[in-house]
Amino acid sequence: MSATYLDLVNQARERIREIDPAELERRLGEVTVLDIREADEYDHGAIGGAHLAPRGILESVIGMFAPDPHQEVVLYCAVGARSALAAQTLESMGYSNVASLTGGFNRWKNEGLPWRPPESLTAEQRARYSRHILLPEVGEEGQVRLLESRVLLIGAGGLGSPAALYLAAAGVGTIGIVDFDVVDASNLQRQILHTVDRLGQPKVDSARETLNALNPDVKVVTYNERLTADNVLDIFTEYDVIVDGGDNFPTRYLVNDAALHLRKPVVHGSVFRFEGQVTVFDPYVGPCYRCQFPEPPPPELAPSCAEAGVLGVLTGIIGSIQAIEAVKLVLDIGDALTGRLLTYDGLTQEFRTLRVGRDPECPACGEEEHPPRLVEYDLTCAYPGAVVRTA
Amino acid sequence: MTATVRIPTSLRGLTEGSPEVEIPEGQVGAAIEDLVTRYPDLGERLIGDDGKPRRFVNIFVAEDDIRFLDGLDTAVTEGQVVTILPAVAGG
Repeated sequence: MSATYLDLVNQARERIREIDPAELERRLGEVTVLDIREADEYDHGAIGGAHLAPRGILESVIGMFAPDPHQEVVLYCAVGARSALAAQTLESMGYSNVASLTGGFNRWKNEGLPWRPPESLTAEQRARYSRHILLPEVGEEGQVRLLESRVLLIGAGGLGSPAALYLAAAGVGTIGIVDFDVVDASNLQRQILHTVDRLGQPKVDSARETLNALNPDVKVVTYNERLTADNVLDIFTEYDVIVDGGDNFPTRYLVNDAALHLRKPVVHGSVFRFEGQVTVFDPYVGPCYRCQFPEPPPPELAPSCAEAGVLGVLTGIIGSIQAIEAVKLVLDIGDALTGRLLTYDGLTQEFRTLRVGRDPECPACGEEEHPPRLVEYDLTCAYPGAVVRTA
Repeated sequence: MTATVRIPTSLRGLTEGSPEVEIPEGQVGAAIEDLVTRYPDLGERLIGDDGKPRRFVNIFVAEDDIRFLDGLDTAVTEGQVVTILPAVAGG
């Protein structure tokens, strides 16, 4: 005895649990919602927060969205037929708490419930970012968010190079780069944005060429200038996250103070020989750079990488961790390194996490209504210790 | 009955290259005095003229910054690790 498609759907609907649109809407956020339609249907609109998991690959990807077979999962399609069959399949795989949305997305919309309008990813973008889109923490919504995000890199050097490459590859839509230097042969041991044929070129131009070749989705904005008290706010205001890969203390204190003014999170990375440090300074949420180091060391006690050397690969590790933190901040996922300092020792291959606290007496961030006045630090004396608060 | 101080790369030239130095348990201040007795050049790098840790160096006992504990009076117990963390600016 043969059965029609409708027979199969009706049999499935008798066996599985269904959920009404109104009930699902009340419980959004508590349950895992999977849109099992095809990608082109999903593109034309979907329930907010739903993950795309087309029925054709549902069995192979369900573990990513529902690692616990007993967690509640709601499936939906256009009218509730395919999702009934899919729910039955998941139950046969051992998923004990699966429901199908009655009437599917069409009824959801007919009942006037809120839904997400079509996303702006193109077919090319969907292919390029497919490994991101598969991540439940990113998905299409997260990828769109990355494409709409704006991240500023301080320095296109050892830390800025890997950070820029990974952020561009990730599809951060706008990457700003501040650097006034030119590419030198001694940079190429670690600054992987640059190439031999660009020696003598401004680093920001070399960086733009590399990043454009990697991902044409990314708009690269270059600032071939030194960061100063006069330009820092105008530049920072255009961005969501600042990635500090600078190479001197005056710039780092200026970045800190400007970020406090504009309440922009700073992903801080620094390196010395075989050791690196990464943390996130989230203004008035966690400590700032001056909470951690109220003063820079005097120049004679603080040799630069040019004087003391740095292992090239080390900058790759620290800069890449900075890129992860920036992506997390953009997507608002995971636990940022706010209040924690990650240290890495390449010689012993040890990572350690230290707690760093916000200093209530901090001259820079202690009084939220009076951020520090931005002053021009003298690079030659390198002593941006004194803080003057704004009135 | 000892604890350990981790010496950062930038200061290892002052400890004959040692990445770790054993110290007696007790208080951080006494441990650092002990360290400086053995490696005198470390003194000015860690402690200022006011007798306090210099403002460009963080000292941690286990995972915590001693500034948020009892400063140089913070206890160091057997087996704990004291981390000296200087500000570095390289990028």
